[in-house]
Amino acid sequence: MNDNDARTHRPAPGQVDLPGLRISGLGLQYGSRAIFTDLDLTVQGGEFVVLLGTSGVGKSSLLKIVAGLTRASTGTVTASDGRPLAGRIAYMGQQDLLYPWLTVIENVMLGARLRGERPDPDRARHLLGRVSLHERAKALPSELSGGMRQRVAIARTLYESHPFVLMDEPFSALDTFTRAQVQDLTAELLQDHTVLLITHDPLEACRIGHRLVVLSGHPARLGEPIHVPGPTPRAPDDDALLHIQGHLMRILMEGHRA
Amino acid sequence: MILTLARPVVTFVVLIGAWWAATRLASIPFYLLPQPPAVLHALWQQRVLLASATLTTFSEMALGLVIGTLLGSLCALAMAFSPRLQRWIMPLLLLSQAIPAFALAPLLVLWFGFGMASKVVMATIVIFFPVAAAFSDGLRHTDPGWMDLAHTMGASPGAILRHVRLPAAMPAFASGLRVATAIAPIGAIVGEWVGASAGLGYVMLNANARIQTDVMFAALFVLALMTVLIWTVVDRVLRRILYWAPDSNGAAR
Repeated sequence: MNDNDARTHRPAPGQVDLPGLRISGLGLQYGSRAIFTDLDLTVQGGEFVVLLGTSGVGKSSLLKIVAGLTRASTGTVTASDGRPLAGRIAYMGQQDLLYPWLTVIENVMLGARLRGERPDPDRARHLLGRVSLHERAKALPSELSGGMRQRVAIARTLYESHPFVLMDEPFSALDTFTRAQVQDLTAELLQDHTVLLITHDPLEACRIGHRLVVLSGHPARLGEPIHVPGPTPRAPDDDALLHIQGHLMRILMEGHRA
Repeated sequence: MILTLARPVVTFVVLIGAWWAATRLASIPFYLLPQPPAVLHALWQQRVLLASATLTTFSEMALGLVIGTLLGSLCALAMAFSPRLQRWIMPLLLLSQAIPAFALAPLLVLWFGFGMASKVVMATIVIFFPVAAAFSDGLRHTDPGWMDLAHTMGASPGAILRHVRLPAAMPAFASGLRVATAIAPIGAIVGEWVGASAGLGYVMLNANARIQTDVMFAALFVLALMTVLIWTVVDRVLRRILYWAPDSNGAAR
C-alpha cells in the first residue's frame, strides 16, 4: 500500500478552489436489514475518489443518496464550503442515459432544456469537440456506438459545469478497449471536478482514481483508503498499479466470501 | 418496396380466388354467399348509395378516432400528473370496460338520436380505452435512469412530464392508437345497426332484410378497405412521430 498524499493530485494552484464532499455517519436500512451503517468518507476538492465494491453491496444506493435521489436512514452528506449540494451535482448513471428522441447536441444541453434555461449551442459544440464528436452533433444516439454514446454522456456532464460529479459504474457496458479509452478521456476532462466514482473493476479504479476505498461486508463498511501514486490516467502496465490492483482483487474476493 | 406492395395484392387475390372457387365448386346458393362478380356488380350498381354511406361511416369513425384519442390521452396525462387522480380514475376506466360497448348502443341511440352523434359517441368509447390504457402504461414506466438524471439536473415535475415521460411514452401511445384504429369501425357499425338512417351499417342491415347478400358483401368490402386505409395513414403518421424508435415498435416494413 502506498501512502502518497492525496494533495499531490489536487488541481494546480491558481485554479478556483473546488469544494469537497463530506459523508458522515451515513446509514441505509430497508426494514430490519441494514445495507450499510456509519459510513464516513471525505472527498477533497478536486480529488477523484473511486469506491470499489462487489455487486449488491449497496454502492449504487450510496451514490443515489449523495446525488439526492434517495434518502439515507441516518447521517449526512455535505459540501465543504457549507453551501447546499443540491443543484451542484452532475450525475452519470450505469448506462449513458442519452434520451433517444434528442440529437447528440440536444442531449448535451439536456440540463438547460429540463430547467427551462436558454441552451448554449456554442458551448455544447465546444464540449463535443473535446470528446471528438464535433461532426456528430446532429446524429441520434441510436446511430452511435457504445463508446461514442458514453463520450456524449461525458460532454453532457461537463455542460452542467457543476463542481461535483458522481459516476455509477458508467463504463461497465463497454468492451475492455473502449472502456480504457473512455477512462483516459474521463481522467483528463474531469480534472477540475470533485469526483466520486463507483465501480466493481479494480483496474478502472487504479487507472483513474487518486484515492480508492473498498466497500464490503454485510452491513457494508468502508475499508482503509488506498492511494495510488502517479498522475492519472495511469498506464495499465504500471508496476505500482498492477500491485495495487492485485491487492484490491484479493480484498474484494475475501469480502465477497465473508 | 415492390415486395411490400405485392404482399397485400397476393393475399387479396388468393382470398378472392378461394371465395370464387368455394362458390363454384360447392354450389352455394346466391343468398348465402354471392360470387365475386356479383358483388362487383352490386358495388357498381349501388355506387351512389355506397359512396354516401361510406362518407357517413368514415366521418363517424374519424371523429370518434380524434375525440377518443384526445380524451384517452388527456385521461392518461391527468393520471400521470397526479397519482391521487389516478386512484380515482383507474377504477372508473375499468368499470367502463366491464359494460360492453354493444350493450350501451341502444341507450346511446336513445340519448343522442338516430343521427351521427350517437355513432361518434360509440366509436369514441371503443377507441378511448386502448389509447388511455396504453398511454398511461407508457407514462408510468419511464426508464428510472432517465428519471434519476432529470432529477439531478433540477427538473420540475412538469418539465419531467413534458421532456422525459411524454416522449418516452410515445411508443406505448402509438401501439395503443394502432389497436384503437383497427377496432374503430366496431363502434360506428354497431351504432348504425341499432338505429340509423345512413352509413354502411345501415346499408348492410337493409340489404340483409331484403336478402341482397351481394350488397351486404359490397358494403363489407368498402368497410374493410376504408379501415385498412385509415390504419395505414395513422401508421405512417406514428412512424413520422417516432423517428427515433425505428424498429422497436409497430409492424415490420
